[in-house]
Amino acid sequence: MSRQIFAYIEHNDGAVEDSAFELIKVAEQMDPQAQVTALLFGSGQELEDACQHAASIYPQVWKVDKQEHSYPNAELIRPQLVNLLPADAVVLAPFDTFGMDLTPGLAIKLDSAHVSDIVGLDGVDGDTLKAVRQEYGGQVHTHVHCDLSGGAVLSVRGGVFPASEGGQEGQVADKTSDAGEVQAGRRFLEVREAEVGEVDITKEDILVSIGRGIEEEDNIEIAQELAEAMGGVVSCSRPVVDAKWMEKSRQVGTSGMTVKPKIYLAMGISGSFQHMGGVKGNPFIVAVNKNASAPIFQVAHVGVVEDMLEFAPVLTEKIQEMK
Amino acid sequence: MNILVCVKRVPDPAENEIEISSDGSDIEREDLVYSVNEWDNYAVEEAIQIREQHGGSVTVVSVGEEESEEVLRREMAMGADQGILVSDDAFEGSDGRGIATILKAVAESGDYDLILTGAQSDEGAAQIGGMLAAMLDQPYASLVNEIQVQGGTKLQVGREIEGGNQEVSEIELPCVLSIQSGINEPRYVGIRGIRKVSGVEIPEKEASDLGLSEDQVGQKAARVKRVDYFHPEMGEGAEILEGSTEEVAEKLVELLKSKGGMK
Ligand SMILES: Cc1cc2nc3c(=O)[nH]c(=O)nc-3n(C[C@H](O)[C@H](O)[C@H](O)COP(=O)(O)OP(=O)(O)OC[C@H]3O[C@@H](n4cnc5c(N)ncnc54)[C@H](O)[C@@H]3O)c2cc1C
Ligand SMILES: Cc1cc2nc3c(=O)[nH]c(=O)nc-3n(C[C@H](O)[C@H](O)[C@H](O)COP(=O)(O)OP(=O)(O)OC[C@H]3O[C@@H](n4cnc5c(N)ncnc54)[C@H](O)[C@@H]3O)c2cc1C
Repeated sequence: MSRQIFAYIEHNDGAVEDSAFELIKVAEQMDPQAQVTALLFGSGQELEDACQHAASIYPQVWKVDKQEHSYPNAELIRPQLVNLLPADAVVLAPFDTFGMDLTPGLAIKLDSAHVSDIVGLDGVDGDTLKAVRQEYGGQVHTHVHCDLSGGAVLSVRGGVFPASEGGQEGQVADKTSDAGEVQAGRRFLEVREAEVGEVDITKEDILVSIGRGIEEEDNIEIAQELAEAMGGVVSCSRPVVDAKWMEKSRQVGTSGMTVKPKIYLAMGISGSFQHMGGVKGNPFIVAVNKNASAPIFQVAHVGVVEDMLEFAPVLTEKIQEMK
Repeated sequence: MNILVCVKRVPDPAENEIEISSDGSDIEREDLVYSVNEWDNYAVEEAIQIREQHGGSVTVVSVGEEESEEVLRREMAMGADQGILVSDDAFEGSDGRGIATILKAVAESGDYDLILTGAQSDEGAAQIGGMLAAMLDQPYASLVNEIQVQGGTKLQVGREIEGGNQEVSEIELPCVLSIQSGINEPRYVGIRGIRKVSGVEIPEKEASDLGLSEDQVGQKAARVKRVDYFHPEMGEGAEILEGSTEEVAEKLVELLKSKGGMK
């Protein structure tokens, strides 16, 4: 018997997010015959528009329309999903800040298995899903076997599975009355936008980006000198901002800025997906890292295996000489 | 407020290159430098700051081998009042649910108003906090980067979402929060601090002390199993520039010039 697969769909301004196009591909890899159902929570016209959009990708769309869902609160949505879903459902969701909020608890409440941040699938063998994950910031991959017999909640990394081209003419069903009460111990108040800094790294063509490998605040000068020589500015990875060595507005990544430079020179950055998720526009990527097997070398065009603290000043000097 | 903070001993990302053992069953653990999971250290600092302002206590708990005592002691040197080490051969092979089940039993053996975990650990699953909250039937918020105590019954919390924006919510106590890095500046722990707590007894609990049976934790209960570690066949990857530092720098300058990397 084929398993019922559901995909949790995030949407914004009446359009589904990119993940909606990818999750259906994940479902199809699990079961080419699957009749995948899209799950959308929201309210009013915006939800209706998003459902129409989802119906161009999924054969079935379930919507739950409540004023309380006009901003997605995982604590409100989770119990409603538990009311709606069959106990042995396979539920797919994006591994992003909403998915991280929703899925672990959902797996517990559905008494299902949970695998997060899936980056690949090796198929389904009986009741066993064979998935691929990464550990240690992408330094190693793992094969993971997940028992699907009692249902499963699976979160999927964005941008690694292909995107569906759509072309469906799916049916939208209103499940609001089956979803039960909306009640939770967490109440959404507001979203505060991230602060803008004095330098807008999203507009720069040349970025010299530094990570934990910079080691000390005083060393940032080395990167600044190099950036100046190149005619660019310094950006950074999260640990540099966490240490309060640079402003948040300099952080590249999913929880920072999305940049689209021509040149991205990453020094002392390992290349986690949350960092690389902020590097768009297909720049020429150069990585300087003392660890030859750092994941960043898989996405960089050119690599330098050196201590950045020694290499950066030499590079600055050569640029000044050879310019 | 009595706060329980869950801490995991992990290979320090700043100190290690992770390699896979020859049969792929594990990573090479010899010579690894371990420390407390980065996110958990922020969680402990946050708990200490809450205690400093509002009173109460901070308890740190770790599930792991004997060596996990080191990280408990380190966090106690930072200012946590007590540590609990949970260790048992029966835990071998636990999946995330298994670890959360153990932590739930620990939470229920005390009286905590607030439980903190890190947002994610070395395995990057970002799951334990959410599982624990669901098991305890408490509200949950992940990726918390700001906490304000509002009386004795609720908190105002900020969650860091995409783009670094902050989602602000009110959450009822008791609750579980997973803490995002950067929420505070964890205090420095010196040798002297460690020495001060070196004699403090850290109680160790086993499965039976927590009323846990074999079908709840360990290999048997696990529905998710890691089969092996591997390096995938990748595309070409980066072209690595070879030569002396000077030569490499010169080659790179030429490349950067040709790609418009110089103004
Ligand atoms: C929800 C969420 C959102 C996140 N968002 C972001 C984000 O927006 N941006 C972001 O960057 N991270 C983000 N992170 C964090 C991310 O998971 C990684 O922890 C982070 O990107 C690692 O930063 P790093 O590469 O600088 O440090 P590490 O992973 O510690 O890497 C440091 C690298 O430097 C190398 N190195 C060390 N010393 C030297 C030296 N002297 N010379 C040369 N190389 C050296 C090491 O070999 C290593 O590869 C997020 C995490 C979560 C959970
Ligand atoms: C004794 C033991 C045996 C194990 N055996 C196996 C095995 O055989 N096969 C296998 O695949 N995996 C095994 N594991 C790994 C286990 O599956 C993971 O540790 C578990 O899933 C938690 O890691 P995570 O990356 O999922 O945590 P995440 O959800 O990413 O971590 C989030 C937070 O949860 C808390 N947390 C996580 N783990 C612990 C802990 N151990 N103690 C206290 N707090 C914690 C921390 O606050 C952490 O920041 C074992 C772990 C332990 C401790």
